[in-house]
Amino acid sequence: MSKNYEIDLPLKEEDIKNLKAGDRVLLSGTVYTARDAAHRRFENAKKRKKKLPFELKGATIFYAGPTPSKYSGRLIGSIGPTTASRMDPYMKMMLKAGLAATIGKGPRSDEVRKMHKKHKAIYFAATGGVAAMLSRYVSSARNRAYQDLGPEGILDLKLFKFPVIVAYDAKGGDAFA
Amino acid sequence: MRKISASTIIYSVRKLCMEACQDLDPQILAAIKDAFKKEKSATGRQILDEIIRNAKVAQDDKLPLCQDTGFAVFFVELGEKASVIGNLSDAIKEGVVSGYKHLRKSIVAHPFQRKNTFDNAPPIIHINIVPGDKLKIGFLPKGGGAENCSFQKMFLPIATKEEVINYIVDNIKLKAAKACPPIIVGVGIGGTFDYSAYLAKKALIRPINSPSRDSSIAAMEKDLLKRINKLGIGPMGMGGSTTALAVHIEHYPCHIASLPVAVNLECHAHRYKEVVV
Repeated sequence: MSKNYEIDLPLKEEDIKNLKAGDRVLLSGTVYTARDAAHRRFENAKKRKKKLPFELKGATIFYAGPTPSKYSGRLIGSIGPTTASRMDPYMKMMLKAGLAATIGKGPRSDEVRKMHKKHKAIYFAATGGVAAMLSRYVSSARNRAYQDLGPEGILDLKLFKFPVIVAYDAKGGDAFA
Repeated sequence: MRKISASTIIYSVRKLCMEACQDLDPQILAAIKDAFKKEKSATGRQILDEIIRNAKVAQDDKLPLCQDTGFAVFFVELGEKASVIGNLSDAIKEGVVSGYKHLRKSIVAHPFQRKNTFDNAPPIIHINIVPGDKLKIGFLPKGGGAENCSFQKMFLPIATKEEVINYIVDNIKLKAAKACPPIIVGVGIGGTFDYSAYLAKKALIRPINSPSRDSSIAAMEKDLLKRINKLGIGPMGMGGSTTALAVHIEHYPCHIASLPVAVNLECHAHRYKEVVV
């Protein structure tokens, strides 16, 4: 039976232990947006032993690129998850560096699902194509890095009760199965 | 000859871009509401409810339905008795640049260099010359996630309808969960390699619940929809009976040696709008 949780980020060990695939969670706290091009830069930075724009240990990454805002004083318009499996080739590197969770959409490779068990991490799925609604659960957005990538730049987002479903838990559970 | 100014086209395209990305097609919304009543999976119902709520929030907050406001694809019908003062393609491009000011710029200039163009240009424009003196512009902003799940095969000319149906269902089973289901399935059968893909995309712009006029093809659409919805993929791939809202097939004559089949997937945030200038 799936449970409902409200969780403050960063994820605690206890949260990771409790969460089961299929659970519904309202997330609050800081996440970083990063998608294809940013991950490529992370990989290059790691190879050259350079620092990443944020500390990966314990962090949550939201695979997302928002629309711009129409209003001054607000940084983003609509925001929602992109297909997580495109970032699968980077997951070994990211989880080894201590990444605690990702937010995306759609199933990922079986290999990546198993990595979540090995590294005790969570993959959350948010609903795709409902980005106007999801933007209401983002309380602030700040530029962090890679702004030359346009919508693929890294943002610090503060979420407030952002609705997600546990897609892969840290025990090998899979909400898509 | 009826003359149409470039500025009229720029203005119309700008408006199309902004409206299409914000307003969910009423027929799609009705289909989602209908699916919500029938869906048995609790998670599936929750996701369908989010889609219904999102359509309202997009209207209330004047925001795009989805952050992926897509590649700007146009289906243009230019009447042979209409002439554009200026350049039609340039005017459409200018309309896109203007209309995407507050939409996401999702286009990179080169497949390998991958630098963003920062104005969502260039668009992709399909132009057909038709009788009359009107200019019809159809706009389909096409998101990348669902587009990536498309597939194509050059069948032997002896292939049966059943083989084609199995090929489509097998591939949808593998790919639909990543295409933001409930999806719309556009199928192009016949023509050449490239033309089948064009037909598959064109099939997406047909209003849903409008079966093919060819009764054998209409039966195939119905059969495919039934089989896809039995796969159990459900909304966002989390399980359920709502995997596809519609299957549309467009077909065309074939070469004696070939039977091309292309399938283009579209997410539930299907945005299409047209204007007659």
